[in-house]
Amino acid sequence: METLASLAAGFAVALTVQNLLLALLGCFLGTVMGALPGLGPSNGVAILIPLAFTLGLPATPALILLTSVYYGAMYGGRISSILLNIPGDEPAMMTTLDGFPMAQKGQVGEALAISGIASFVGAFFATWGLVFLAPQLVRVALLFGPAEYFALFVLAFAMLGGIASRSQSKAALAAALGLLISTVGVDGQTGVPRFTFGEVHFYDGIDFLVAIVGLFALSEVLIFLEKHGDDTAAAARPPKHGRVTPPLWMLARTAGSMTRSTLLGFVAGVLPGAGASLGSFLAYSFEKRVKDKDGTFGKGDARGVAAPEAGNNAAAGGALVPMLALGVPGSGTTAVLLAMLLALNITPGPLLFQNNPDVVWGLIAALFIGNVMLLLMNIPLVGLFVRVLQIPPRYLMPAVAMVSFVGIYGISGSSFDLLVMTAFGVAGWALRKLDVPLVPIILGILLGDQMEKNLRRAMTISNGDAAALYDSWLSAGLWTLAIVGFVLPLLFGRRLRARMPSRGAAPAGRK
Amino acid sequence: MRHISDRILGLAGLATAAVVVWQGEQIQESFIQDPLGPRAFPYVVAAVIVIASLAIILRPSSAPQWPRGKRLLAVAAAVIVLVAYAELLPRAGFVLSTALAAAFLSWQLGARPRSAVIAGVGISVGIYVLFQLVLGLSLARGPWGF
Repeated sequence: METLASLAAGFAVALTVQNLLLALLGCFLGTVMGALPGLGPSNGVAILIPLAFTLGLPATPALILLTSVYYGAMYGGRISSILLNIPGDEPAMMTTLDGFPMAQKGQVGEALAISGIASFVGAFFATWGLVFLAPQLVRVALLFGPAEYFALFVLAFAMLGGIASRSQSKAALAAALGLLISTVGVDGQTGVPRFTFGEVHFYDGIDFLVAIVGLFALSEVLIFLEKHGDDTAAAARPPKHGRVTPPLWMLARTAGSMTRSTLLGFVAGVLPGAGASLGSFLAYSFEKRVKDKDGTFGKGDARGVAAPEAGNNAAAGGALVPMLALGVPGSGTTAVLLAMLLALNITPGPLLFQNNPDVVWGLIAALFIGNVMLLLMNIPLVGLFVRVLQIPPRYLMPAVAMVSFVGIYGISGSSFDLLVMTAFGVAGWALRKLDVPLVPIILGILLGDQMEKNLRRAMTISNGDAAALYDSWLSAGLWTLAIVGFVLPLLFGRRLRARMPSRGAAPAGRK
Repeated sequence: MRHISDRILGLAGLATAAVVVWQGEQIQESFIQDPLGPRAFPYVVAAVIVIASLAIILRPSSAPQWPRGKRLLAVAAAVIVLVAYAELLPRAGFVLSTALAAAFLSWQLGARPRSAVIAGVGISVGIYVLFQLVLGLSLARGPWGF
């Protein structure tokens, strides 16, 4: 009951004209960004953070804007999957399998409608899951001391490396590089400069927003430049769609799929390191295994559209649980949302729930509101988004690059940051070519400072005795989970990843 | 030689770890002390980098297709333009620098020269109007005020 009272208070925060307009804007922008191939939710949110920041939005409205973008992108990804057979973002990859065949059979409207409703169902119930699960996790997190937090960060990286990436060694390298970047600058504990190479600009450390926009958005532009010749997305004319209303029998037929997929997706989202791509993959595979008796999956079965969409939207909601309750994001996009919070000087975690309940519950209420807006936007207005898809990338990508420069320049007004961002863009491009995941780098940059602080605090408390790191049952448990999470997939998780479809240079920020 | 890229990545990792230790040794000790000090964490991280790099060198997994010829040139040219953009921005102001950079990128992505110029000016003026005039963000000012 206490939870529901908090939620009601959250609605009071969210239901102001300004916040509603921001949610509407965020939902619209998010759907567009999700729909455009190449611009995933991580990119979208990453570009918008510096803008929201420089525009001086207070914490709650800024968060409402950006999480609306996040949810919106999850809805938008399906549009180009269905119409063009090109996933708008990585979680929408599974939707192409049945969505495009449905479109070819002339069921464009039905496919868009079913997937829109599945997205709503997944996101709606996952948000309820967030409402009830997050406070429970907060209760556990209140028991955490510095040693437990350190172990928790290790766990997050281990899961990210173990479950979500194709190569453990590359994920570990990526995480370590991120942590290293976070140590640049004046050491917070002793006040000595580290790894600054005598460059005054580095004394403040490397701004994570600069790194994120460079690694995600700019590297995307470079990838586009590199292979614009073989990209036919712009040339393809999306097929016409008729009425976007689902026949009732189709809804009845897909209801079970949506329910199962929502559950699976939510669980996948809550696990650190898994996120929406895994959510939609698991949902689709599971549905195919239990329901594909006539072999219709892959040939335009509505359940094959409903399952991955419910799954990835539910995972998007689930991924917010560890991000808000523990301050440990499990996916690329939630890492970017964490960056937003940190930029606003808000540290997520149990204290956020106690000290700034208006932020947390206002945000959650905004998710409910945004979800309804998205459903309304995505069913009758889907034609609008289809039209946006027809903007050729040769005009769109330069605009994206320039807007990201505007945001970064706006933070500091120094062109040094632009140079650092360009360097990150080039590095991100090379690392993506090398199949090194970028999300652990971002996570390392974001969490490095906290991780080191907690390690040193734990050591100060124990007077330098390393056993303090693992001698409480809670931290010992976290360490065990971390080791199991990292090692177990080495043995048999590889098969799971190998079966997941991947594109040559997968979009940045694999969720 | 399929895995040469991964091996180079591993070597770059080892070199990074070496730089960490080299620079770490030069960190000045402060009069404020804690049991761990400012070096320990970076050194642990460097150790992780060493292990991961060795694993990558010993078991390389990917063989990326690097761009050749014109494609590589396109990427390199874009990087040079973005660096030049960062340098030009404080001197020539937002509108001119952005129009140039956006037009170049658009041309590189396959637009015809004429439409690339129109796109560049359009993007630049569009962003200027939206962010500076409507939203009140301060963009870089050139000698002529925009």
